[in-house]
Amino acid sequence: MLELNDIEAGYGRTRVLHGVTVPAGKVVAVLGHNGAGKTTLLRVAIGLIKPTKGRVFFDGEDIASLAPNKRVARGMAYVPQGQQAFSQLTTLENLQLVADGRRRGKALIDAQLARFPALEQFAARKAGLLSGGQRQQLAIARALITEPKLLILDEPTEGIQPTIVAEIEHTIVQLAGEGINVLLVEQHIGFALDAAEHYVVLASGFVTHTDQGGSAAVSTVRAAMAI
Amino acid sequence: MDALISPLLNGSAQGALLLLAALGLSLTFGQMGVINMAHGEFLMIGAFTAYLVQQVIGSSDLSIPVALPVAFVVAGLFGLLLEVSIIRWMYHRPLDTLLVTVGVGLILQQAALQIFPSQGVPVEKPGWLNGQVTVFGYDWPLRQVFTILLATVCVAALSVWLKSTAFGRRIRATVQNRDLAEVTGISTRTVDRLTFFVGSGLAGIAGVAASLIGGTNSQMGTQYIIPAFLVVAAGGIGQLKGTVVAAWAVGVVLSYFAYWTTGSLAQVLAFILVIVFLQLRPQGLFTVRTRSLV
Repeated sequence: MLELNDIEAGYGRTRVLHGVTVPAGKVVAVLGHNGAGKTTLLRVAIGLIKPTKGRVFFDGEDIASLAPNKRVARGMAYVPQGQQAFSQLTTLENLQLVADGRRRGKALIDAQLARFPALEQFAARKAGLLSGGQRQQLAIARALITEPKLLILDEPTEGIQPTIVAEIEHTIVQLAGEGINVLLVEQHIGFALDAAEHYVVLASGFVTHTDQGGSAAVSTVRAAMAI
Repeated sequence: MDALISPLLNGSAQGALLLLAALGLSLTFGQMGVINMAHGEFLMIGAFTAYLVQQVIGSSDLSIPVALPVAFVVAGLFGLLLEVSIIRWMYHRPLDTLLVTVGVGLILQQAALQIFPSQGVPVEKPGWLNGQVTVFGYDWPLRQVFTILLATVCVAALSVWLKSTAFGRRIRATVQNRDLAEVTGISTRTVDRLTFFVGSGLAGIAGVAASLIGGTNSQMGTQYIIPAFLVVAAGGIGQLKGTVVAAWAVGVVLSYFAYWTTGSLAQVLAFILVIVFLQLRPQGLFTVRTRSLV
């Protein structure tokens, strides 16, 4: 589905990623310490950062020159780090924003409100007044309304209370089961490897380890990350 | 009594004109970080459009209602041209946009001077604006009442458009977080272009109203641009409610100062007041309460 080949990218003169390759897979986890380049890699994948070298393929098409909104139209969805929402828009408006212009827009919103009941309860509340966990659910719901083939998640459980973390993890596994491919950056290594078909460990912008996922990989990854 | 009422009513009309001029700036500055100093010249284009429409139609009674939508489209198209040709390369570089658009404004002024007489052109007021209404014993000119009604209609229409339409939601989303809007699937380029068109078009409408109150000449935009920016800053960037309140306040304060002193001194005093206000409340009149830091 999504393949990143030999990516070099950074900010200005600072190069963050050095020849990073991520194979295509149903659920792929990107692991690494803070500052390893995980978020930069996802920003390259969705098109917010143009790589200085390397190629990005989605469904066999080279999408390196496409703007983020064009990538979304092709079936990619991105949930950025930090529970981002349009804070001055209501919960419902955040969802309508994505549903506008889609044939089954209302049904798509209803499906996500059913998936995340807290969002229905606070549909008229400004998103900036939701809790962190609710905002993250809103971010995932917003991404899912685009009916993506691939969901890119950047630390979806970071800074969120444990009960909602469990809900979000359950949702990710459920989505993978529904046939949506997932590219996941996650600090919770046990969950990430359980869900992942492949994993990639990044350190200082280099791939230091890559293999198949599964719970058996946890000790290998912990050793690779020297935790 | 007259010393209290007449500046209040005159100032309200002046505030309405400032509001029309500031609405577009609020949109483009809030969304794109563009300081468009040529915005005043879009107002001038609206005023000259009113004159040209009057020349074609002949009847001043009919020409002003026709000129309003025409000025909106003409000024909007000039704004769109500026966005597509120059501004798009300078988003979120306020100083660069300020310098470049000062140049564009001068070019537009010179172009107007080449086309129209240097002393300006007369826009005849329609007959239905020639009367007065009496408010607390003061005869309030109908053309001032018309300016307030026009500003009210424009604010209401803009507010409904921003609040209740898909495009309005996209504009509000792009104002708040451009990157997030882009990865949500919104074409921020299309949103930018339409916003610039609408913002410049509103300046065109302001120009038609200004042509009924003052003179129509190539320099007229310069007298509105600085107060309009002050209104945007004092109201809170991208805050429609704040822009409305700030425009009315600046208009009324200017009017009272002008009544007690002179027109020029009133401008100086009003600007000092706004600067002091921004020192005390740099975020403007209205801000948004949110739990998130983003």
